[in-house]
Amino acid sequence: MHNFELVKPTSIEDAVAALKEEEAQPYSGGQTLLPTMKARLAAPTKLVSLLGIDELRYVRIEGDQVHVGGATTHATVARETKEAYPGLASLAARIGDPAVRNRGTIGGSLANNDPSACYPAAALGSGATIKTDRREIAADDFFEGMFMTALEEGEIVTGVTFPIPQAARYEKFIQPASRFPLTAVFVAKYDAGVRVAVTGASELGVFRWTEAEEALSKTFSADAVKDLKVDDADMISDLHGSGAYRAHLTKVMTARAVTALS
Amino acid sequence: MPKDGGIGDSTRRREDIRFLTGAGRYSDDINVHGQTYAHFVRSDVAHGRIRSIDVAGAEAMPGVLKVFTSKDFEGAGGVPCGWLITSRDGTPMQEPKHPILAEGKVRHVGDPIAVVVAETKAQARDAADALEIDIEMLDAACDMKAALEDGAPRVHDDLSSNLCYDWGFVEDNREAVDEAIKAAAHVTTLELVNNRLVANPMEPRVAIGEYNPATDEHTLYTTSQNPHVIRLLMGAFVLNIPEHKLRVVAPDVGGGFGTKIFHYAEEAFVTFAAKALRRPVKWTSSRSEAFMSDAHGRDHVTKIELALDADNNFTALRTTTLANMGAYLSTFAPSVPTWLHGTLMAGNYKTPLIYVNVKAVFTNTVPVDAYRGAGRPEATFQLERVVDKAARELGVSPVELRRQNFITAFPYATPVAVEYDTGNYHATMDKLLELSDYSGFETRATDSKSRGKLRGFGIAHYIEACGIAPSNLVGQLGARAGLYESATVRVNATGSISVMTGSHSHGQGHETTFAQVISEMIGIDASQVDIVHGDTARTPMGMGTYGSRSIAVGGSAMVRAAEKVIAKAKRIAAHLMEASEGDIELKDGQFTIAGTDKSVAWGDVTLAAYVPHNYPLEEIEPGLEETAFYDPANFTYPSGGYGCEVEVDPETGHVKVLAFTAADDFGNVINPMIVDGQVHGGVAQGIGQAMMENCAYDAEGQLISASYMDYAMPRAGDVPMFTVDASCATPCTHNPLGVKGCGEAGAIGSPPAVVNAVIDALQRGGYDVGHIDMPLIPSRVWQAIQDATAAKR
Repeated sequence: MHNFELVKPTSIEDAVAALKEEEAQPYSGGQTLLPTMKARLAAPTKLVSLLGIDELRYVRIEGDQVHVGGATTHATVARETKEAYPGLASLAARIGDPAVRNRGTIGGSLANNDPSACYPAAALGSGATIKTDRREIAADDFFEGMFMTALEEGEIVTGVTFPIPQAARYEKFIQPASRFPLTAVFVAKYDAGVRVAVTGASELGVFRWTEAEEALSKTFSADAVKDLKVDDADMISDLHGSGAYRAHLTKVMTARAVTALS
Repeated sequence: MPKDGGIGDSTRRREDIRFLTGAGRYSDDINVHGQTYAHFVRSDVAHGRIRSIDVAGAEAMPGVLKVFTSKDFEGAGGVPCGWLITSRDGTPMQEPKHPILAEGKVRHVGDPIAVVVAETKAQARDAADALEIDIEMLDAACDMKAALEDGAPRVHDDLSSNLCYDWGFVEDNREAVDEAIKAAAHVTTLELVNNRLVANPMEPRVAIGEYNPATDEHTLYTTSQNPHVIRLLMGAFVLNIPEHKLRVVAPDVGGGFGTKIFHYAEEAFVTFAAKALRRPVKWTSSRSEAFMSDAHGRDHVTKIELALDADNNFTALRTTTLANMGAYLSTFAPSVPTWLHGTLMAGNYKTPLIYVNVKAVFTNTVPVDAYRGAGRPEATFQLERVVDKAARELGVSPVELRRQNFITAFPYATPVAVEYDTGNYHATMDKLLELSDYSGFETRATDSKSRGKLRGFGIAHYIEACGIAPSNLVGQLGARAGLYESATVRVNATGSISVMTGSHSHGQGHETTFAQVISEMIGIDASQVDIVHGDTARTPMGMGTYGSRSIAVGGSAMVRAAEKVIAKAKRIAAHLMEASEGDIELKDGQFTIAGTDKSVAWGDVTLAAYVPHNYPLEEIEPGLEETAFYDPANFTYPSGGYGCEVEVDPETGHVKVLAFTAADDFGNVINPMIVDGQVHGGVAQGIGQAMMENCAYDAEGQLISASYMDYAMPRAGDVPMFTVDASCATPCTHNPLGVKGCGEAGAIGSPPAVVNAVIDALQRGGYDVGHIDMPLIPSRVWQAIQDATAAKR
C-alpha cells in the first residue's frame, strides 16, 4: 500500500468538496478498495471517508418504503429491516463474513457495482431509487455494466429507497473460493408485477431477467420459468463454471426463490 | 488403562498453551538488531528472456542498501536437488541449474529476478517499482503433453527436451504385465488427473539471515521442517559455508504439509546478503508470493489399467503417468512420482504383476514437490478409483471386490519392491462398514431421493509407506541423503530431562508425545521432560519431519538413546545399592533390586552421576547423556478403510459431504487425541483436494488461481463431523515402539473415497458417469450429468 491522506468529513457538503480534489476517492467501508490498495492496484492519494457523516447512516421504515443511508453497514441493514423487508435483510445478512458486514456499506457496494456483489441484485430487483448528493437515479438506470454506474466523478450515494414488496427472496449459489455469488437471483413480488434481478452471472453485471418477470407476473410459480431459456451469450465463463452453467443456475435459483415464496 | 501422561494417554498438547495465547515464537516474530528488509521482484510472465535489468534508479531510492541480481551470485551454486532418478534407458534425469535469482531467462510466474534490500519493508517495495526490467516474452510450455511434443517451447535451453526422466518400474515386469493385460478376462481402464494443489500453510515462509564478522558465523532463521537438511544443502552446495559456521533455526512453524521441507532460494539469498551487506536481512512472504513461490503439490495425468481374471482376481496393473516438475527441480521433486508413488501401486491387493511408467516434465510453472502424502495419494487415488470402476463394470460390490483381492498373509513382498510387515485389511474394512452404518445406507438413500437428492457411498482402502526410510535402500534408489533420525537424551542432575531431537514439530505435537514416551520408559512425570527441536546448534544432525516419520524414526532414535541412559543409570544404581547390575529394575522412577524392597530414586541416581562422590569413576564416566542415531530397517505401512457419504443436488451439481469415516491401522498409538487430530486434518485436506482446491494455469502460463478469491480452501462448513478409529492396530514389527505414523493417511485415503461416493450417487441416480476429474466443483458435476443425459438420448 502506498501512503495516502485520509480525511473524515462530517457532512455531505464537506465530503463532496473534498472529492473535488484530483485523485481523491470516496472511502465507504473499503471492503474492495483496501485490498486493491494493499495489492498496489490502486493508489489514490487521498481517501475521503464517508463513515463519519451521521446523515448517511440510517435505516428508516416509512409506509411501504425502506430508506437506507449510503454509509449504513450490511450488518445494520440485516438487523433493522428484518421485519419491514425480510428479503432485503436476509440478503444483507449473507454478504461476506461478519467482518465484511460490519465494515462494508450499501453505498460502497452499489457504487462499486462488482458483477458478483449481492446488493446490486436487491436494488435492481426491488426497483430501488439511488439518491446521491445531487440527484435521484432509478436502479434501472444506475447499473451500467461491470464496475460501471451512472455516478459522475465525485458523486456520492447518500441513500437508497426500497419499495417494500409483497414478498421477496434472494437465492445465492456461491463460488466456493471467494464465496461471492457464482449466480444469485433476487425475486420480488410487487402489486405491479414481479421483478427478477441476477448477479454474479453476466459480463455486463447485474441484470433483469425480463422473460421470467413477465412469466411470473402472469403466474407466480416455479413452473412458469420451467420452459424459459436464459441466453448465455454474455454470461461469465471462468474456472468456476461456464456461461452455460451460469445461465442454468439463473433459472434454477429463480425457480427456487419462487418456490420458497409460493 | 494407560498411565497418566504415558503411552496411550490422550494428554492435552502442552504446546497449544503458547500457540493459543499468542505466545508462540514464529520466524516472523524474530527481529534482529539492525535488520534490513528484502523484497523479491518476481516474474509476471511464465517464460521470457531477460534483456536487461537497470538497478540504478532503484538503488537511488531512499533507504535502499543494494539491489541484487543473478550477477551477484556468480560462483554460487544453484539450489540443489536431493534425488537422482535414472531413466529406463539407464541415463540420469536431466537436471537443470536452479539459480538463486533468474539467470538469462525467467521460467515461471513468480521466478525471482532481483531483490531490493532496504531499511524498511515499504522502502524496499517502493524501490522495486523503480526497477527497470526488460523481458522478451517467449511462448510458454504449460500443458505437459504439449510440452513433450517436438517444437514445444523449451523451458531450459541447455536441455535436449522438456522431459526430465522416463522411469519404468519394475522394468523387468513390463512385458509380463503387457501379456497379462492382453490375456485378461476383463480390463478396466481409467484416465484421470490428480489436480495441482497449493499447500497453503497458515504461516507463510520467512527467512532471516544474520552474519557475525567477528566469528565468521552465519545464522539463518527459517520456516523449515528440517533445519539440518537446509544447513547441509545450503552450506555445502549453494554458499560454500562449512556446517560449524552455519546455524539454522526453525522455531515455531505454523504448518508445513511438505512445502517447508525444501531448500528455497530465499533462504540462500538472505544468508548471502547478510554477509555481503554486513546487516541482517529479513524476508517475509506475502500470501500472494506464497501462491507463486511455495512448491506446489500433485499435478499428475494418469492412465491406469487393471486386469482381472474370470473370477475377478486382479492379475495385472499398468499405469502411465505424466508428472509435472514445474520449471526447476525442487529438493525432493523427482522422488515423489517415482519411489513414493510406484512402490505403492500394489495397494492392499495381491496383484502379482505391476508396471509403472512415469514421465516427468518441465513446464513453465512453479516447481512441484511433496505435499502431504507425496506420491502416495496419487497412487492411492488411481488405484482406488480403478478398483471401484472395475466393480461397477463387473456388477460386483466394491467392498467384496476389494476383500477378494486383499493381501492377508504377512510379511508380504509386493511386485513393486517393498515388503509390508503387518496389516489386517479385513479388520479395517469391517470397522469402516460398522462405524459408517453401511448396512443402513439404502434407507438413507431413499430419504435423500424423497428430497430430490442423490445419495452415494464411496469406499477407499489405502496403504502408505511411512517412516522414511532405510538409508542404504534409498541410497540405491537415488537419494542423495541418509534418512535416519537422531536424538540426544540429556538427563540433568536433579533428574529432569531434555530430549534434543532431529525431528521437527510444525503442528504435530511432538513436545507432548515424545515426552509421553520418555515418561513411560522412566516412570517420571511428563512435566519433567522437555523436547528441544528446530535448531542445529542445539540438536544432533537429524533429517527432520516429513513422510509421517517423526515417531517411527525420530521416536525410535529417542527410545534408543533413552535405553542407553537407562542402562547406564542402572549401573550407577547398582553401585549405590551395592547390588549386581543385572538385578536392577526400573519402575515408576525407582530403581529396585529385584525381589527386595531395597530401592533408590531416579533423582538420587541422576544426582550421583553429576556429583560423583560415591561413584565408581574408574568404571563409569560421570554424567548422564546419550545420543542415538536410528536408521529404520524398513518403511512402516499404515493402512485403513475410508468411507464417504455424499448427497448430490442434480439440479446444480452441488455436492454435500454428509459423513466421513476413517478406520486406520497406525500400529501402536502414543496419544490417541493427537492421532485423531492428524486424521481430521488430513481428511479435511483430502476433501479439499477432491471437492474444491485447484491450482490452475491458463495457456500463457498465468496462474489464474493466485489468491483465495479463486483458490478454494476447505472451511469447517465444507466438511462433516468425522468418525475416526485407530483400534485395528497391527504393531510395526521392526521399530521399538511398534508405531507406523499417521500424519499423511487422511490426505491419502480420502480423495478416492469422496470421488467414489459422488460417482456412486450419480450412478444410483441413473446418470452413467464413469469419472469426473477433481475438484468436483458443482459446475463439473453438473456438466457430467448433462453429458450423461445427452448420451442416453
